[in-house]
Amino acid sequence: MEKNYTPTADDFEFISDRDLSVDLNFASQGYWKGVAIHFFRSKLAVAGVIIVSLIILFAILAPIFSSYSYQEIVSVNSAAGKEIVAKSLPPQFGDGSAQNLFSDKTFLFGTDDMGRDLWTRTWQGARVSLIIAFVAILIDMIIGTSYGLISGYFGGHVDNILQRFIEIAGSIPTLVIISILAIFMEKGIGLVIVSLLLTEWIGMSKIARAECLKLKEREYVLASRTLGAGSFHIIFKQILPNTIGPIITQVMFSIPVAIFTEAFLSFVGVGIVLPQCSLGSLIEAGFNNITVLPYQILPPISVLALLMLGFNLIGDGFREALAPKIENM
Amino acid sequence: MSVLTLFLIIFVLFVLIRIVPGNPFPVERMSAEMILQKRAELGLDKPILIQFVDYMSMLLQGSFGNGTSLYNGAPIKPIMMICLENSFKIGVLSILFGTAAGLFLGIIAALNRGKFLDGLCTVVSILGVCIPSYVFMIFLQYFFSYKISFFPYFFDASRFLFSSIMPALSLSLFAIATVARFTRNEMIEVMNSDYVKLAEAKGLYGFELMRKHVLRNALIPVVTVIAPLVVGLLTGAMVTEKIYGINGVGKLMVDAIAGEGVDYNYVLALSIVFSALYIGIMLLLDILYGIIDPRIRLTAKEAA
Repeated sequence: MEKNYTPTADDFEFISDRDLSVDLNFASQGYWKGVAIHFFRSKLAVAGVIIVSLIILFAILAPIFSSYSYQEIVSVNSAAGKEIVAKSLPPQFGDGSAQNLFSDKTFLFGTDDMGRDLWTRTWQGARVSLIIAFVAILIDMIIGTSYGLISGYFGGHVDNILQRFIEIAGSIPTLVIISILAIFMEKGIGLVIVSLLLTEWIGMSKIARAECLKLKEREYVLASRTLGAGSFHIIFKQILPNTIGPIITQVMFSIPVAIFTEAFLSFVGVGIVLPQCSLGSLIEAGFNNITVLPYQILPPISVLALLMLGFNLIGDGFREALAPKIENM
Repeated sequence: MSVLTLFLIIFVLFVLIRIVPGNPFPVERMSAEMILQKRAELGLDKPILIQFVDYMSMLLQGSFGNGTSLYNGAPIKPIMMICLENSFKIGVLSILFGTAAGLFLGIIAALNRGKFLDGLCTVVSILGVCIPSYVFMIFLQYFFSYKISFFPYFFDASRFLFSSIMPALSLSLFAIATVARFTRNEMIEVMNSDYVKLAEAKGLYGFELMRKHVLRNALIPVVTVIAPLVVGLLTGAMVTEKIYGINGVGKLMVDAIAGEGVDYNYVLALSIVFSALYIGIMLLLDILYGIIDPRIRLTAKEAA
């Protein structure tokens, strides 16, 4: 017999063909894999992902492939040589059934009262709203998390001062912050983003601080410190990766808030200015004509509602997946 | 602490508004001397700190600085009082209705856990939280006021109760949803706790058990969600007031910041009122918290 025999796969065989079922809940698996499995098991969360991805896809692609640009006013020259604008047309599909000069043109959502294609404008608006939300929340996440982690990690006087500051900053109503900003800044995307920056980071930092207070007593932090790691190394290399879960959940809940804030600001008239458009400004424009041309408000308002619903469902699913309760297993 | 916070906020607001670049006077229509004279008249030539002390002393006497709009000279206080009254009534109506309906839904859901009613309440609360209230508002207005013209299209102060049903209802949807969701979860948690099981084992059941043991403990966290809701009402009011044409503080604020030019006096006065309201409500809820939960009151006493 050879001394150094290496076993090959052929040396073994299954004793039976039956399925070897593995208990997914209790089998050893990576943390994120477990989270993903729980997340995708929830039907609502999957629905949320589908809704949000579809809207994002349309927001990216629709303005590119549309035959009109979002600020283009569609018009034709009539027989008399006069320029006629496609104002306030109901939805039509370019199959010649519409009784107007534009019967060969497609306006899936109709046109607005300036003669612009609402299909393009709705998706362009969704794009602007999403960009605002993502940019604002990303910066909020960075500021809030760092603030919360530093406050929680150092504790003592640092924590005390930082928390008093948050207490005062947090007791200024959002509306007041926005009003003061409106004095200093031009209306538009910048105003919306800055007002989101000033209001949303507080929640983020509270969560980061709470997580940090829990984690900083752990053995691995102590081990790092014993080995001579500096405070900032511990905060950002050791603690931060372990707080990602709750922070992402918070992000998922902040994005709909941001989208709503944008829509709200544009609706009352301190947000996006024409000819730029966002979901809020489209809803505002549609609202002005709601009794006469109700189809104008439907697309932006549905996209807004679906988007917020989708993000909330994802957030809910994520929260459940991070801390699965026994009863759900 | 609250007073200090409010004072700090007013100070920051005041300084911010005074150092803002720009000029409240129409430069092309006024000569340099006229502007100087006007500035002296309004007290704008003094150092900011002195101006602040002046403003604060006037504020404590119950008037907002010079008390007029920068643009049309309209006095701030009477206008704001009318607007506050309208907004306040609708706000109170919607928060009362929202909390009551939310509690009701939440309790029903918790008592019928896992059954059809529970599912229904969950769907209602998910939709209510996720879909912005002004979407509801616009649809309610479109169908009930325009299509079947049952409710008045716009708010009408002379028929207050009837015409405020729609705005208050749509404003309260978010509150209903949040409160219902929270109440349900808290109730279920409390109903599974040891002390409720003990009470049941001792023979307590039905309404007594609910009132003395379950509700009392389940309501404490619910009080905490009402606080942000009240604040949300402030922002919600801006949209509601625009949609229903209500003459309220939200509309006043929008007019002050989104109009032709920014009306600093109004913005400052309204900001102070908003902050004071907000901090006042927080304080009130803290006190309420102590009433509902004796443990908090007692520990606070010991600490003091």
